[in-house]
Amino acid sequence: MKRMLIVALFVGLLLALLPMTASAQGTVACDDEVVVVKDDWLAKFADKYFGNPYAWPAIMAWHNKAAQADPSKFPDKIINADLIEVGWTVCIPSTEDADAFLATYDPAKPEMLYAAGASGQLVVGSWWTAGGEAEGLNGMFSIYKTRYPDVEIVNATVAGGAGTNFKAVLKTRLIGGDPPDTFQLHAGLEAEGYSPETYLTPLDDLYASEGLEQAFPPDLLTLLKAYGDHYWGVPVNIHRSNVLWYNKAIFEANNLTPPATWEEFVTVADALKAAGITPFVLGTKDGWEAGHIFEDVLAGTLGAEKYNGLWTGATPWSDPGVTQALENFKMMLSYANTDHSAHTWDSAGEFLIAGSGGMMIMGDWTDGWFTSKGFTGYGWAPPPGTRGIFVALSDSFAMPANAPNETNAMNWLKVCGSLEGQEAFNPQKGSICARTDCNPALFNAYLQSAMVDWGQDAIVASVAHGAAAYESWATDYKDVLTLFVASGDVAAAQAGLQQACVDAGICQ
Amino acid sequence: MTTKARVATGSRRPVTWQRLLLYVVLIAAAIFFLMPIYVLLVTGLKSFAEVSLNDMWNLPRGLHFDSFIKAWFGSQEEGFRGLNVNFLNSVYLTVPATLLSAMWGSINGYLLAKWKFKGSDILFPLLLFGMFIPYQSILIPLVQTLQKINFFGIKLYGSIFGLIVAHVVYGLPITTLIFRNYYANIPTELIEASRIDGANIFSIYRHILFPLSLPGFVVVMIWQFTSIWNDFLFAVTITSNPASQPITVGLNNLAGSYIVEWNVQMAGALIAALPTLLVYIFLGRFFMRGLLAGSLKG
Amino acid sequence: MRRRLNWERVASVVLLSPAVLATAVFVYGFIGWTAYASLSNWDRLLPDLSFVGLSNYEKLFANQRFQIDLRNTVVFTLVFLVACLVIGFVLALLLDQRVAGEGIFRSIYLFPMSISFIVTGVVWRWLLNPGSTELGSTGINSLFDMLGLGFLKSGWYTDPKIGIIAVAIAATWQMSGYTMAMYLAGLRAIPEELREAARVDGASEVQIVRHIILPLLQPITLSAVIVLGHISLKIYDLVVSMTGPGIGFATDVPAYYMWDTTFRGNHFARGAAIAIVLLVMVAVLIVPYLIRSTRTEAEL
Repeated sequence: MKRMLIVALFVGLLLALLPMTASAQGTVACDDEVVVVKDDWLAKFADKYFGNPYAWPAIMAWHNKAAQADPSKFPDKIINADLIEVGWTVCIPSTEDADAFLATYDPAKPEMLYAAGASGQLVVGSWWTAGGEAEGLNGMFSIYKTRYPDVEIVNATVAGGAGTNFKAVLKTRLIGGDPPDTFQLHAGLEAEGYSPETYLTPLDDLYASEGLEQAFPPDLLTLLKAYGDHYWGVPVNIHRSNVLWYNKAIFEANNLTPPATWEEFVTVADALKAAGITPFVLGTKDGWEAGHIFEDVLAGTLGAEKYNGLWTGATPWSDPGVTQALENFKMMLSYANTDHSAHTWDSAGEFLIAGSGGMMIMGDWTDGWFTSKGFTGYGWAPPPGTRGIFVALSDSFAMPANAPNETNAMNWLKVCGSLEGQEAFNPQKGSICARTDCNPALFNAYLQSAMVDWGQDAIVASVAHGAAAYESWATDYKDVLTLFVASGDVAAAQAGLQQACVDAGICQ
Repeated sequence: MTTKARVATGSRRPVTWQRLLLYVVLIAAAIFFLMPIYVLLVTGLKSFAEVSLNDMWNLPRGLHFDSFIKAWFGSQEEGFRGLNVNFLNSVYLTVPATLLSAMWGSINGYLLAKWKFKGSDILFPLLLFGMFIPYQSILIPLVQTLQKINFFGIKLYGSIFGLIVAHVVYGLPITTLIFRNYYANIPTELIEASRIDGANIFSIYRHILFPLSLPGFVVVMIWQFTSIWNDFLFAVTITSNPASQPITVGLNNLAGSYIVEWNVQMAGALIAALPTLLVYIFLGRFFMRGLLAGSLKG
Repeated sequence: MRRRLNWERVASVVLLSPAVLATAVFVYGFIGWTAYASLSNWDRLLPDLSFVGLSNYEKLFANQRFQIDLRNTVVFTLVFLVACLVIGFVLALLLDQRVAGEGIFRSIYLFPMSISFIVTGVVWRWLLNPGSTELGSTGINSLFDMLGLGFLKSGWYTDPKIGIIAVAIAATWQMSGYTMAMYLAGLRAIPEELREAARVDGASEVQIVRHIILPLLQPITLSAVIVLGHISLKIYDLVVSMTGPGIGFATDVPAYYMWDTTFRGNHFARGAAIAIVLLVMVAVLIVPYLIRSTRTEAEL
């Protein structure tokens, strides 16, 4: 009998936890105002006031509304639910108001937790959660806020999986007809993966009105318009995929210069090996690194034009140049650290920093990473065969077809494409502007050299980072490379690459 | 060899080499089973500078608890969330889901064991099949269904409520199985006797079987608590907002974050494993007793 | 009397109906939906459910990554099952010998079961990290070095030939306690008189194990094979946190490929096909068992 009572009590509690639909839409009246002391957190307040720790979103949303309405009384908005500071005054809604809010709250839409400015919100979706990326994004937010102070910016990031978690949420919201206002997208054919004719807004008019076609280099424009002959995103930055990084001290000590041809690579690698250094370090654990390095080998073996042809069907994958590229990659792998499958690119890069590895090929975010590690003894050069070629990838922002705050989103895209915005974003992120008119003085030595190359090299698209091919094709491409790294079977890899092209509908 | 003293014969157990070998093997096995926990603990207690793959077997030079603190609270500067929110989410998920699925399983098990009707013998394996399906097989339609259902206004997809629903529904087969076997072992005479006294389907459960169900509940709740707390696939599929994710996803994200601090990761793993570990350490013997009572023999 | 029974039977059916409904929708309905998606052309974000027959399956079985996945599943299942059964049985047999501190040993063997596969993956990723020739051994390899057992070293999950076995070792560590507990319960249920009688007849302990104990434990072995078998076919969390797909997909499994290809590659139809193949593999293992156990019950 007692047990039944306990069960009934629990069921009753469970039911009491469930919010009831209430009719009244409350004004911003605080039922209580509490000052934050040490060891307070939102869920604790929720538990205290509503008997339900789940109700913390109601407090956050209500407080932000109150802060919006009366900034003198509540000067601190809650931007991060996990972070409330000691000394803040937090507005607690009444139980009815809290229930009314919770009745409509959707955890996949973080923008519900923030107040709307007089001109609404701007919900920006990305996976830039750490380091220079987050700072660069904040730089652009500051510019936006000065221009449009009445708009509340909601930074709707989703971390984890190098963007896969974010993409999963985004795709769900797009299919559900409930998208954010703008989101991060690799420039190029990755847009295809979002069925843009249905889910995205073409940006051709924006390009015309902002003069972006004059500000971006023509090769980039070709990339941006690749799918469906429309612009689907505004690029904020350019990263370079084909960079060979080397440990300067080791090279000097051994009288070596970075290799410009494949034969030179062998010579340099042999010399490093004789000196007891791992000639080439890489990590293949995350599955994309091999694909990344191979696209640079492809470009370096085939040259810019034939490389481009691979992705349009003009160059067949059965071309002997591709065979040679696979052989070159195989040669490089023979000089690599044997445990690469247990390493990510940065944990393998530690070998280079520590002086036990000589060279690595990785995109130019490596520059920022070296800096964060306090390492300055690195040099860079184009990987063999790619002098004069810039394998580019670009982060852009797109606008969904039914963006809730369309004007705000358009304004955001204008900031992204503007000189001011790009100059605020790129030095922090460790990339160069997509525009050709940014001030070089704002950037460090490596980035300045990259800007020079960007202005004069032949620009080709990266496949490992969503530019050159559909996402489905890119994943098949990466799978083939994963198998090749283990097996070394050139013929099978070439056949697999050909098949991937056929499956994508580009090759016959 | 020694005889098993089922009857108290008070026989001597000579220390033979067989006996010694027995203990050696058991201890060696114990070392194998404890070795990973040693690594977890030792690494978690090290400072970041000390942590290295090469020295993983060395004891820490001094006890550093800051990796536990970092794993729990996260680090703003280094850009990763702590496990504290995830821990609470796991609690909000696991406790209700365990209780709900245990109750439901008990009722189903009772009905299928004692109130058979035509077709209940086909129904039972059909219900049971759900336990064995790979959950990957139903992920896409599950997500779509949860997106469409609102529970008192809160969308199931993306919330802990959605996870609770998924776990209760897919926990149905195992809880029903355990309880059905348990109640099957209760002699029908007990029920027959009460019928003569005028009991019906409801009162038999309330007055006779439910009070006897404690061992069954213990087994079911330990099993469900463990599998729900430790689940990853549903958690990562249904909740994508880091603020609502249970601790398994939080831990995996900790491991996958840009800066891998192994001591923090190991500390986080220990924190994540602690509740279920404690359940097993303190309630493990009830689990064994339940097993002996035939609950999981299927 | 009869009428009374009838309303209770009806009540029984009615009370079971929520469970029936839930199963019908969430299990069978969803399986049907997934099966339909696997026969469709859904290859991008926008659902395209036009019927294409079995072509997704044809392409799938011709796909090299999937072929490797199937091979990995077979190897993993064999190693995992045999190791768990053998280790579990041996430990149970030993623990049955009136050992001092039996409770402690039992808890030690049993506790890994309480841990999530994610946690297991985190720590075994470290333990089985072989290190490199350049920087020296790490993990278990370094332990072998320290104990002078250097010949036991291996590439573990960085070795494309045996990578999946490394994962199986981690899984065995986790689940051997379960088989041990099952076998121990089973051993304790065998009446001592049976063994005494055999000993009186002059049988050795080994013969007793072979001819009396093992046959009596057969239902437990079967049950363990079913439970462990279906866990191994569905294995996903451990791979995610321990190794990822691995070198040359050495540690890739169908469940991982399904997730990857659906949510990363947008190949929804292909992902559904993998899901159905997984389901069929599990069904082949489970359905005969379910039929058999229902039949034996009906016979009782």
